[in-house]
Amino acid sequence: MNDTIQVNKLNAFIDQLTKTDLPFSKDIIAISDATIASNDFPTTRTEAWKYTRVGKISSIHGNDSELIIDKISDSHIIDANALTFVFENGELIQQFSNKEIPKGLDIKSISQASETELALIGKNVKLEKEVFNSLNTSYATDGIFVKIDDKIQLEQTIQIIHIVTGENTISNMRNLIQIGRFSEAKIIFGYFSSEATSSFTNVVTEIFVSENAKLTADKIQYESAGNFHVSTEQVAQEKNSNFSINTITLNGTLVRNNLNIEIDGSNCETHLNGVYLLKENQHVDNHTIVDHKAPHCESHELYKGVIDDKATAVFNGKVFVRKDSQKINAFQSNANVLLSDDASVNSKPELEIYADDVKCSHGSTTGQLNEEAVFYLRARGISKKSARHLMVSAFIEDVISKIKNEEVTNFTHSIIKEQFGWEF
Amino acid sequence: MIKISNLHASINGKEILKGLNLEVKAGEIHAIMGPNGAGKSTLASVLAGREEYEITEGSVDFDGQDLLELSTEDRAREGLFLAFQYPIEIPGVSNINFLRTSLNEIRDYKGEEQISAKDFLAKVKEKSALVELDSKLASRSVNEGFSGGEKKRNEIFQMAMLEPKLAILDETDSGLDIDALRIVANGVNKLKSDKNATIVITHYQRLLDYIIPDFVHVLYDGRIVKSGTKELALELEEKGYDWIKAEVEAH
Repeated sequence: MNDTIQVNKLNAFIDQLTKTDLPFSKDIIAISDATIASNDFPTTRTEAWKYTRVGKISSIHGNDSELIIDKISDSHIIDANALTFVFENGELIQQFSNKEIPKGLDIKSISQASETELALIGKNVKLEKEVFNSLNTSYATDGIFVKIDDKIQLEQTIQIIHIVTGENTISNMRNLIQIGRFSEAKIIFGYFSSEATSSFTNVVTEIFVSENAKLTADKIQYESAGNFHVSTEQVAQEKNSNFSINTITLNGTLVRNNLNIEIDGSNCETHLNGVYLLKENQHVDNHTIVDHKAPHCESHELYKGVIDDKATAVFNGKVFVRKDSQKINAFQSNANVLLSDDASVNSKPELEIYADDVKCSHGSTTGQLNEEAVFYLRARGISKKSARHLMVSAFIEDVISKIKNEEVTNFTHSIIKEQFGWEF
Repeated sequence: MIKISNLHASINGKEILKGLNLEVKAGEIHAIMGPNGAGKSTLASVLAGREEYEITEGSVDFDGQDLLELSTEDRAREGLFLAFQYPIEIPGVSNINFLRTSLNEIRDYKGEEQISAKDFLAKVKEKSALVELDSKLASRSVNEGFSGGEKKRNEIFQMAMLEPKLAILDETDSGLDIDALRIVANGVNKLKSDKNATIVITHYQRLLDYIIPDFVHVLYDGRIVKSGTKELALELEEKGYDWIKAEVEAH
């Protein structure tokens, strides 16, 4: 009976959303609309979503939640010295956002940007068959617009905080970040929740790193259990540029990160680091793509996860080295520790190499804590619990130590202590 | 200090210790020697609380406490120390952080205050000098990339830091060159007092030229079959273990 009736959940889902009034190009909107009209939410039959079920997202039916944040707590500010912009449910909250903008930097909400300024929106993000990217494009509420001129060394870190509040709230946040030639900047993305349940945050961030520019991004995800988060960072690197991103996922019922990096010019450096710590019934899925389209570049990827209780993690990392991209050094590694018998991980590192003079490696390990080492520590008077904490902390510190911003490191440590009781 | 009575222990259903008796008093050094497979390392493992071993019979009294009832960490906190035959490498956990955690958990157990950073560092400096351990090794990951000799010196360094009542050295001499052996033995001798005791488990007499035992025991087939003074070790070195086996089998 059922197989004759095709219920499209996506159609029902968009009924509750308002079409974007942001000045995106009509072509881009048209492609997104077409994708939404001819597809449904992905199922586990879709290769890229094989281990991640989004059924709970598709059944969120909300209303326009009222914005409720009247003060900003320290627990939502990662770097107190940063140039900060706070969003709630995809809307910029002016009163918590900086007004004094340093020279050489244009930073504002996307809704304040002109059509010309938003010309790059949708340029690199895949929209065909990509339901979440298309939803974000056609129904975007707001987001941050960052444009750094050429030859600017931005001392102050830029901090973009998104807080989801309320029940069944759906936020489609769209960001555009452009770093000019020979410029250097650091940016923090913090995704939090406050009194939120069954809410869904869908973020697309497009990043353009120009020739000789350097951008470091730290992304912390700490939405409370019961909330859902899908985000895509679409990064394009021009020649001689340097891009690093540290993705730290510490909570949330379902988190899916798509990190796509296209390296279009030669002599680039790319670093992707990730930590995901899961417990209870959480699910975290990191999909990364590093596409080496030009020669003489190097990319380093290190993702580590600790999975407890019945939580499940997914790591899928693809590295492409195109035909004429010689002299590429690409390294990728994923390591997982399972703390319980019911925890699981699906790890799939993939290399596709079409050039013949490259140095690439990838590896994936999943195991339990070394019980011999736990015994050794206990034989020195350390409790079983502390022994495990020491070892888990050491395991992930390897990645956390790659974060250069001390404020971000301290913040990460304090959340890990609060959430898991692990000390560093 | 410790009184082991009629101790029986098995692993995977196979009995290894078959009624072992041993008493060690404060201020004493006991050597346990024996051929391979006699149960020497099993004894060390059972005393340290390795859970794979099943105790089927017997008792161990450690300073008035039933040792077998205590968890591994509580045994350490009560003052039992095992110098491992094969010290394990723990990547990412620094020796310093590990030892501070260890000292503080032991202090916490005893209801004492945490050690101050200053006192801790002073202690690290003093005790690492005792075993001629480069202070750089103290800040590296536990045993990671250490040579065999450095690992064993690190064991004695930890022993010096924790100041146990009873130290069990499990084949600490194996694989050591003569210089490392002297350093390790020297460390053990300096830590000796009339309040603590040491059990030296070894296959070879050589170590006992440097750590002079008050008693030497021969462990064979899960029991102590012969006890004597340090001369027994020399006799074993000269004649091997076959005569012991013959003696036991004749009984």
